[in-house]
Amino acid sequence: MNSSIKVTIWRGAQIGSYQSYDVPQRDNQTVLDLVSWLQRHVVPDLAYRFSCRVGVCGSCAMTVNGRPRWTCRTHVSKVVKDGTLKIGPLANLPVIKDLAADMSPFFDQWHRAKGSFVPSAGRHDPMARVKPGSPRRQAADEAIECINCGVCYAACDSVRWNADYLGPAALNRAWTLINDERDGGNDARLKAVSGLGGCQACHSHQTCEQLCPKALNPAKSIAGLKRRALSAFLKGAL
Amino acid sequence: MTERHKNPDGAGRTSFIRATRSQTAGYQRDALWLAAIVHRLSGVALAVFLPFHFLFLGLALQSEGRLQTAVNWTGNPLVKFAEMGLVFLLTLHLLGGLRVLVIENLAWHDSQKTAATLAVLGAASVALFYLAQIV
Repeated sequence: MNSSIKVTIWRGAQIGSYQSYDVPQRDNQTVLDLVSWLQRHVVPDLAYRFSCRVGVCGSCAMTVNGRPRWTCRTHVSKVVKDGTLKIGPLANLPVIKDLAADMSPFFDQWHRAKGSFVPSAGRHDPMARVKPGSPRRQAADEAIECINCGVCYAACDSVRWNADYLGPAALNRAWTLINDERDGGNDARLKAVSGLGGCQACHSHQTCEQLCPKALNPAKSIAGLKRRALSAFLKGAL
Repeated sequence: MTERHKNPDGAGRTSFIRATRSQTAGYQRDALWLAAIVHRLSGVALAVFLPFHFLFLGLALQSEGRLQTAVNWTGNPLVKFAEMGLVFLLTLHLLGGLRVLVIENLAWHDSQKTAATLAVLGAASVALFYLAQIV
């Protein structure tokens, strides 16, 4: 295949511009391949982020033709429109340089949502026995595979509209821990995800479900948190 | 260079959201996104309508004649058609609200797109039925 693609790429940080380049089109070329070709042959100072190149690490997410995607798992042939491709950094996050977004706000929300496991037993206690078929284990299983790529955060209207909103990934993480029978921090966690910018700030657009590359459903996790929060409120525990 | 975007507000969270807003497009036309937007817009439209509705009813306090004149005006085909639109919006808003209540209070169901589509069809059916009744 000898044709070329016109690629427009964000150059700069918060202030910048989209600049156009011609990139040769190859068979089975991914968007990450294309960006790497540009960086190695045309714009050596192009900043972007990647690691595994096979959809495991979640570090290469960018905005491709207006939609957040993993660039390593996106074939150019599937997304190119009229021979053109527009690539920018992830939305809803500050831009460090070019295609590299600053993920700090995304991970700050994880901390706000108390997304860390809080052990309820020590090393000398017997090992917890969690039945694989129990409802809580299954609820956690459905949401546990998140790799923090930030696609849902970049796609979320509620994040865009509400600076305090924790975002789909942090709330999804909180839901997995709330269903973890071994966790001892759920009272504080439920308060954290029910406060300012918590689960109630979700408008159920379900864009997170639509675009999650891992086919997770953060909207379902957030709905679970809303039910759990309502139940705690009615019992006077919130 | 095909497009230039400057962020005059400098650093800060609101600023970077503005700066990156122009990049996002295309995926926000999903059925459930539309369902949420239609729910909001129908609510705004109904809020705009309500004061006029109360003004209309308030005519009864002024005089029977003025109310009757207004009631006669509603016999106009255009007004009847607008009433159908109103019933459509009202039903849409009601069903949209039920959708949110179901999501937030009942067990999750994956058939939400179907439910959103059925809500639009249901609202249209109610509105057409209403129109058939008043014509």
